[in-house]
Amino acid sequence: MSTHPKASPAHRAGLALLSFAAVLAAWSAASYGGLVKDLFLPKPHSVLLAFADMHRDGILLSYTWDSVYRVMVGWSLAVAAAVPLGLFIATSRRGAAVCAPLIEFARYLPVVALVPLTLLYFGIGDGQKFAIIFLGTFFQLALMVADSVAAVPRDLGRAAATLGASRAQIYRMVLLPGALPGIMDDLRITVGWAWTYLVVAELVAANSGLGYMILRAQRFLAIDRIFAGLVLIGLLGLATDWLFKTATRLCVPWSEKVDA
Amino acid sequence: MSALLEIRDLRKDFSGAAGPVTALEGIDLDVAEGELAVIVGPSGCGKSTLLNIVAGLEHGTGGEARIDGRPITGPGADRGMVFQSYTLFPWLSVRENVEFGLRIKGVPKDERAETARRYLGLVGLADFENALPKELSGGMKQRVAIARVLANQPRMLLMDEPFGALDAQTRLVLQELLLGIRAQERSTVLFITHDIDEAILLADNVYVMSRRPGRLKARIPVDIPRPRDHRVTVSADFAAVKARIMELLWEEITA
Ligand SMILES: Nc1ncnc2c1ncn2[C@@H]1O[C@H](COP(=O)(O)OP(=O)(O)OP(=O)(O)O)[C@@H](O)[C@H]1O
Ligand SMILES: [Mg+2]
Repeated sequence: MSTHPKASPAHRAGLALLSFAAVLAAWSAASYGGLVKDLFLPKPHSVLLAFADMHRDGILLSYTWDSVYRVMVGWSLAVAAAVPLGLFIATSRRGAAVCAPLIEFARYLPVVALVPLTLLYFGIGDGQKFAIIFLGTFFQLALMVADSVAAVPRDLGRAAATLGASRAQIYRMVLLPGALPGIMDDLRITVGWAWTYLVVAELVAANSGLGYMILRAQRFLAIDRIFAGLVLIGLLGLATDWLFKTATRLCVPWSEKVDA
Repeated sequence: MSALLEIRDLRKDFSGAAGPVTALEGIDLDVAEGELAVIVGPSGCGKSTLLNIVAGLEHGTGGEARIDGRPITGPGADRGMVFQSYTLFPWLSVRENVEFGLRIKGVPKDERAETARRYLGLVGLADFENALPKELSGGMKQRVAIARVLANQPRMLLMDEPFGALDAQTRLVLQELLLGIRAQERSTVLFITHDIDEAILLADNVYVMSRRPGRLKARIPVDIPRPRDHRVTVSADFAAVKARIMELLWEEITA
C-alpha cells in the first residue's frame, strides 16, 4: 500500500510516456547528432525500417509467435506443477520437510548452466525451450506459492473449520482464494523470468524465435535488427505485465492491493 | 440434567522450544444450556488454549471435553468461534460470508440468503449485505463475524476476546448487542476477555483462571438481573463483584 497521493490513470500514463520520450530524445540526439557511430547505435528510423524489413522477410510475426508459444507452454507447465506443490508444502509439515530442501538446492542451480545438458537431452527444438523455462521457473514458483499460501491468516482456516468446513473445503474455499492475490503476483514475476530464460536459450541454440533473430542479426552486424529485437521483447514484457495486472484486478477485486 | 459442555480434569502440555510447557491443568468446567460463561485470567494463562480445545482446533493431552455428552474430537459446525482477529473472508461479500456455513451444509441458495439477511438485520447491518469486508470498520467486521456464526445455528458460541481490538465505545455497543442477541436467541456462550467490566456485564458466571499452568481457581456467579445494559456497570452490586474478581486476579498477577 502506498502513502503517496494517488495519481489518476491518465496522469500516470502521461508520466510513463514522458520517460519513454526522454529516452527516445537522448537516443536521437546521440545517433542523429553523430555522437555515436551507426555501427554501435542505430538511428531510430532505421530500427523502424528493420521492423518493416523483417516483416517483409516473414520472420517478424512467426519468430515472435514461436517465442510467445514457447513461453506460454513452458511456463504453463511450470505453473501447473508448482501451484499444487506449493499448496502442499505450505500446508503439510511432512511435505515441507521432504520437498523444501530439495527445491532450495535446485533453485540455486543457475538454469543457464543447464542449457548444455538440456540440449543433449532434448535437442534444439521446442522441447528444450520448454525444459529450460520449466527448470528456471518451477522451483522458485513452488516456494513463492508456498509463501503466498502460508501468508493466508491462520485464523481464516480455523474460522472455516468452526463453521463446519472439512479439510478439503478449507483448501478449496479458503486457502486457495486467500492466496490468490499473492499467487497472481508470483505468476507475473515468474513469467518475466520465463522470457529471460527463453531468450538465453534461443541465443545459444535455436532456429527460430526472437533470441535467434537477435543472434543472427549480430552475425550480420545488423545492429538495427538487434535493436528491433530488443524493443520487441521489451514491448512484449510490458504487454504481459499489463495483462497480469488487469487479470489481477478482475480476479481479485477484493484484495487490499486493488483500489476499491 | 447434564451440562451442554462438560470438561473433566483437562490438561494440555505443549512441547515448546524451551522444553515442555503445561498450559492447562486439572480444568473442570460445566456450561449449561443457555448459560453465558466468561473466563478471565492473566495473559498467557491458557484461556485461548482452553477455548481452542473446546472448538476442536487443538487437543487436550489429558482428561476430556464433551459437548452434548459426546467427546470433542475435532472442529465442527456445532461450536462456532468468533476470533479477536478479523476473520471475514475478504473475497466474499458480507452476505456470502454469513452464508458460508450454510453453503457447506448444502442449504439451497434462496433459503441461505434469507437466513443471512435475517442475521445481518439482527446485528444491524442489513444495508451492508453487498459490501466487501475491506469496506467495513473493525466493529462492523466483528458484527458480521457474529452473524456468520449465529446463522449456522451452533449449539455453542465460542468467543475469544472478540471485542479486544475495538475502541471503548464500539466495544460497549457490541457488548449490548451481544446481550440483546443472547436474550433473543437463547445462545449458550463461552466467552474470554481481559476486560473485567465486560466479563461482569455479560456473564452468568465468571471463571477466574490462575497463572500458568492454568487452573480454574474460582467461579463467581453474577446475579445482576437482566436485561442489563452499560448502566449496571456503575451499580453497587457490580462494584462488589468486580472487587472480588480483582482481588482474585491480583493474587495471580503479583504472586
Ligand atoms: N502452539 C504452542 N506451542 C507452545 N506453547 C504454546 C502454544 N500455544 C500456546 N502456548 C503456551 O501456552 C500458554 C497459554 O497460551 P494461551 O494462548 O492459551 O494464553 P492466553 O491465556 O490466551 O493468553 P492471552 O490472554 O495473552 O491471549 C502460553 O504460555 C503459551 O506460550
Ligand atoms: Mg488468548
